[in-house]
Amino acid sequence: MSTVLLQVIVGGLLLGAVYALFSSGLTLVWGMMNIVNFAHGDFVMLGMYVAFMVWTLLGAGPLLGAPLAALVLATLGVIVYFGLIRDIMKGPMLAQILGTFGLALLLRYSVFWWFGANFQTLPENIVGGTFDILGLRIQASRLLAGAVALLVTLGLHLLLTRTSLGSKMLAVAEDSTAAQLMGIRPDSMQAIAWAIAAGATGLAGALIATFFYIVPTVGETLGIVAFVTVSLGGFGSVPGALVAGLLIGVIESLSGYLIGAVYKDMVVYSLFLGFLWFRPQGLMGKT
Amino acid sequence: MKFKHILGLLCAASISVVAISVMSAGNASAQDKTVKIGAIFPLSGNAASAGVHAKAAIEVAMDIINNANPELGNFPLAKNAGLAGLGGAKVDVVFADNQGSPATGQNQTLRLITEEKVVAITGAYQSGITLTASAIAEKYGIPFVNGESVAANLTERGFKWFFRVTPVASDFAKIYHDFLTDMKATGVKTDNVALVHDNTEYGTSVASVITSAFKEKGQAIALDVAYAVNATDVQSQVLQLKEKKPDVVIMVAYAPDAILYAKTMQALDYKPPMIIADDSGYSDPSFIKAVGKISQGAFNRSSWSVGAPGSPTALIAEMYKKKSGDEMDDTAARQMQGFFVLMEAIDRAGSTDPAKIQAALKATDLKPDQLLMGYKGVKFDDKGQNVLAAGLMIQLQDGENYVAVWPKANAEKAPVMPYKGW
Repeated sequence: MSTVLLQVIVGGLLLGAVYALFSSGLTLVWGMMNIVNFAHGDFVMLGMYVAFMVWTLLGAGPLLGAPLAALVLATLGVIVYFGLIRDIMKGPMLAQILGTFGLALLLRYSVFWWFGANFQTLPENIVGGTFDILGLRIQASRLLAGAVALLVTLGLHLLLTRTSLGSKMLAVAEDSTAAQLMGIRPDSMQAIAWAIAAGATGLAGALIATFFYIVPTVGETLGIVAFVTVSLGGFGSVPGALVAGLLIGVIESLSGYLIGAVYKDMVVYSLFLGFLWFRPQGLMGKT
Repeated sequence: MKFKHILGLLCAASISVVAISVMSAGNASAQDKTVKIGAIFPLSGNAASAGVHAKAAIEVAMDIINNANPELGNFPLAKNAGLAGLGGAKVDVVFADNQGSPATGQNQTLRLITEEKVVAITGAYQSGITLTASAIAEKYGIPFVNGESVAANLTERGFKWFFRVTPVASDFAKIYHDFLTDMKATGVKTDNVALVHDNTEYGTSVASVITSAFKEKGQAIALDVAYAVNATDVQSQVLQLKEKKPDVVIMVAYAPDAILYAKTMQALDYKPPMIIADDSGYSDPSFIKAVGKISQGAFNRSSWSVGAPGSPTALIAEMYKKKSGDEMDDTAARQMQGFFVLMEAIDRAGSTDPAKIQAALKATDLKPDQLLMGYKGVKFDDKGQNVLAAGLMIQLQDGENYVAVWPKANAEKAPVMPYKGW
């Protein structure tokens, strides 16, 4: 295999890991309470701006920026849950869609108002530049994001399957009245789910900011990818999002290189629709 | 109770009477003293950076027109406050947001014409949106003056109300070819040209014009890399270029994609010997701030040059910087120029009647010293295209500021080869 082709595949895998990273929060919220969070892309954007502020104000890289972004967004997640989600969950589906969509616009244009429309970036070498392995160029920032994606997926998976907190959360997701009878408070569980989901999303944003541009509308560009990743992986499945992210990343890269970049979305989305035709629940979703 | 009700009704009635009289008084004086112009730009969405700068440019132009600025010398509409041809009337611009969508651009144009009752329109940045917005103005018989959209077909539609001040894609394609021919004479390799462009109206039309212009001169484009606008990743495109090793890469991209290309080229350690950028993304001030330092040596097209200190262009650039916080760039300057051309015509028409403005626009004949841009003048042909538009090549030599490098007559510095990158 030629080095270029290998580079394309490795690039695709790293890209896919990033897709998985910023999709995990979306899939978690869906799995827990059947809500599609249309503000998800803008949570990523907020994470990016936290990393940007940490850099401009404190001169610190993602080592500080990423945990801080996770913390800020987790707090925001809880606020959003109690301030908005808890109420609109009782309403019709349309209210949920419009509610989170309104939140998306509010976040986007608040940032727009505060930071302006200019594109920002973090310094190129903020996570150690790029290194060469056997002729392959690997960006440290993407590698870090990919590694964190694996860790976050693993962590969320273990949390949901191996801990009592996870069992409680899943119990609420399954039947919140029954869970309440067992002494579990659905409100706290769902607030925790929002905190974790938003925190993971903020973390993703801070890491993506190390190699992507930062602008208030960046959530529009990234949000779509998250939705596709989550529906391919199966709504609610965290490992599914990882596999789907990697798959989309590699297919995008390969089709972009072999067929042409302008056709890559066509290839990805037609495969995506074809796949959903046979398996509407996605790769690892429950029927 | 009854008394309170009556009192309440009386109050409400008197308030509404006062309100109506205030409103109508406002209207009457507005009609007497202001000229209302519509301006459509991407004030939100992914091109908002360009739109916000455009708005600042138009606001500076409004300040220049509405206040006396004798220091600007021969510059039209600067000397006295307001439009002399309309008894010192002030200009008032209603801004509308196209949100980066051709459909929204069209709706906003309709709103500006039917509800805001503007007498003329300028905008709309993206060629694809100028296309739809100007079609509405054409239908309603409202002059539409564009200062910045370069897609060829805009002036090929037989429109009677559309006027374009900027040089177009074919002018620039010719400039690129002449520039490359000159560079070849100095020993630079220019045979193998690659073209990278997005799939918008702007990207595809500029790419096809460049391809056919080069073909006419007997040079085929060796590699055409088309990609979908607002990309999340451009690694495969950069790898394609890296493998094919073109001598020259021409980039036709809006700011977000341009930034991503610059970052990806560095990550994959790819430096083409020469990059020529087709304005737009590469002229955006935030592109230079974000990735200028890793794009050193990129060539770009421009019609803007700041000029000597104290000259009208330098003074206007200073005013612009004060308003926007950023240096004047080619795109903002062309937008401002378009607006001045429109206002000069309205002033000359001495009327806000659209038909009279249209007639004045057709008779426009501005000389180089009356312009902000380095055009040879402004004069429209039957299609509404400025036939005296011209441009030059600039280079981002230090990664911070573009300098004019070609043609020799306008050059501040000699072109530096090869592309340095970072």
